[in-house]
Amino acid sequence: MNATNSAPTSDVLSLAQGSAAPVTESCASCSVYRATNLKKLGVVMDSSDFVIALAGNPNTGKSTVFNALTGLRQHTGNWPGKTVARAEGGYAYAGKRFKLVDLPGTYSLLSTSLDEQIARDFILFGQPDVTVIVADATRLERNLNLVLQILEITDRAVVCLNLMDEAKRHGITVDERQLARDLGVPVVPTAARYGRGLPELLQAINDVAAGEVVCRPQRLEADPAAIRPALADLVGELKAAFPELPNPRWIALRLLSGDDSMVEALRSGQLGTLHASAIAEPNQA
Amino acid sequence: MNESATKPAPQAEAILAAAQRWRQQIPGDLHEHIVEAIYGQAARIAERAVSRPGQAARPTFDRTLDRILTSKLWGFPIMILLFAVMFWITITGANVPSGWIASLLVDQGHPWLKGLFQSVGSPGWLTGLVVDGMYLATAWVVSVMLPPMAIFFPMFTLLEDFGYLPRVAFNLDRLFMTSGGHGKQAMTTMMGFGCNAAGVIATRIIDSPRERLLAILTNNFALCNGRWPTQFLIATVFLGSLVPAALAGFVSAAAVTSVALLGVLLTFLVGWGLSHTVLKGEVSTFSLELPPYRPPRLWQTLYTSLIDRTLFVLWRAVVFAVPAGAVIWLVANIHVGGDSLAGHFIRFADPMGLFLGLNGVILLAYVIAIPANEIVIPTVLMLTVMVTGAHDLGAGTGVMFELDSNDTVRQLLTTGGWTTLTAVNLMLFSLLHNPCSTTLYTIYKETGSAKWTVVSALLPLAIGFVVCALTAWGWRLFIG
Repeated sequence: MNATNSAPTSDVLSLAQGSAAPVTESCASCSVYRATNLKKLGVVMDSSDFVIALAGNPNTGKSTVFNALTGLRQHTGNWPGKTVARAEGGYAYAGKRFKLVDLPGTYSLLSTSLDEQIARDFILFGQPDVTVIVADATRLERNLNLVLQILEITDRAVVCLNLMDEAKRHGITVDERQLARDLGVPVVPTAARYGRGLPELLQAINDVAAGEVVCRPQRLEADPAAIRPALADLVGELKAAFPELPNPRWIALRLLSGDDSMVEALRSGQLGTLHASAIAEPNQA
Repeated sequence: MNESATKPAPQAEAILAAAQRWRQQIPGDLHEHIVEAIYGQAARIAERAVSRPGQAARPTFDRTLDRILTSKLWGFPIMILLFAVMFWITITGANVPSGWIASLLVDQGHPWLKGLFQSVGSPGWLTGLVVDGMYLATAWVVSVMLPPMAIFFPMFTLLEDFGYLPRVAFNLDRLFMTSGGHGKQAMTTMMGFGCNAAGVIATRIIDSPRERLLAILTNNFALCNGRWPTQFLIATVFLGSLVPAALAGFVSAAAVTSVALLGVLLTFLVGWGLSHTVLKGEVSTFSLELPPYRPPRLWQTLYTSLIDRTLFVLWRAVVFAVPAGAVIWLVANIHVGGDSLAGHFIRFADPMGLFLGLNGVILLAYVIAIPANEIVIPTVLMLTVMVTGAHDLGAGTGVMFELDSNDTVRQLLTTGGWTTLTAVNLMLFSLLHNPCSTTLYTIYKETGSAKWTVVSALLPLAIGFVVCALTAWGWRLFIG
């Protein structure tokens, strides 16, 4: 029964994505669909095929998305700063095992507080296969600041445009296809509290992780003329020293900005490792 | 690749030198320039994707509510009233189920278990250690803690889900600024009302090390899970009983609210004192987002607050109560030089305790309860039985006995020399003493400093001694 049901549903889904909301909504609420595609694994993760980071501004529903996908019940609170440590969980989808890492909510990745460093270090050094950026559809402009900063660091990202229910209530509409074109990464509208849009989100994560969708993220439109020679020089040196570095341009920018933690990472050799082990251990009490 | 993991790349210094050189040549502030570029681009992209037909901005409901809840005039009174009402509901609601659980686990469970042990020929010391010590301590903790937590936590969580806590933080922010702390400290204090160890971890959201340390050192002034039941019980038993029954709940709730407020007040005072002495520095600014009010999801909230908080905290209390029960039984039953260990300590500490408006029993209870504040009340009761020799009330030395009503608790404690002053000062001391060992360990991990860990243990203890001594002195002077 499972086999006959799952194939047609996911076909409908990929067609319906973004346009025919009623169809996808009924799919999302159908238990057969969910049972066949998503298996919540909780914290039981011995091995995983892909590592997914969950980033976003505070209070955009990251923990709600996390709980919905993993089946865990991390307490979610309606206030910023709820998650200060990393939480991890897992799920299986389309025959692959995904490890989901919930990062602290931050407004930017440019300051020096511990929560922002944890988030940034994981995206940079943890090398997640996909970074899911949860954005608040009702405050898109401010949320895009973080989205753009993350897209400066990593290519492989999916934007989860959450709180669509609230946006609707406030009379706000977001053209997610325009947004996806401008950002160069998939954009999936969701209302995670009600489980809406999650099947599409799972599919998008899977597509990017498996390399079926290749992102071409938007980078800052033009570097100011004054720093171009500096950038070129530093990027060249970084590439020579660390050939495997995924994003020398961003690191060069941080070095030019005088980011102490990046200077420290370079000095200690952490930059060369690209290991998740270099990240501060999650701290739970 | 693993080679480079262990030792710094040799080219690092060269790259850093180059970056340093270039940095001096770049005009203006690069960081600012990048931030501006990002903001500009975000605005352009958002402009293209978002449309708002009509004038539907933020709903007026949210705005009106915010204007009231964060108003200079009404913000604080509403906040205090809301918490007082929650305390009142907790106090009046917890009484009856507490009695049921006590009668089930203590009145009936204890003799049954004791009989079972004796029938299989267990030696007296083993029965004492396991049944009179470990089992009773656990049974007591469950009946004191479970009902108030099961009522208080869901209410608190509903308020949290609704979005009220950031408004509290907004109200408190002004005060934190004057005290020299970071506005985000309001958030970590709110976390501390649940668990101080969690509150200490939450200070990670504060960037400035100075302000973070301030927040860590003062977090203990937020009453935690382990201390709420003590407050509720003592307020009900001693203060509520001073007035006619109709007013009892009201008076008890007012007393608990006052203690909680005193904690907040001391957070500011101590923060102010520290930031004007050993932790001088600038106050950093930050922006606090007031999230929209969201209808709380009732069932899910009930579920998570029951599983994540109530049972989690209860489990922790039980884990600590089992060994504590054994310790209590041992110190009450190991005799050296004609008296038990507990007896020696209590005689030694009594003058000090009485000076503080407490007694030696309470001080010993706080020593035994260092691992967890939750077990203070059971320990106090058991030790009191032993000291007063009120064997007819209980079942023998070192036994926590059946307390089917609050009257019995009051009778017993009065026999143990308790006065209203003792009750008031126990409530104060419960707020003002060293954090539990879990919190201290967390503070050590977060600050990495033994010095600050010791300070965070001794500072509230010293304040507790001073406040209790002053209260006792004033009380004896004016009330008698």
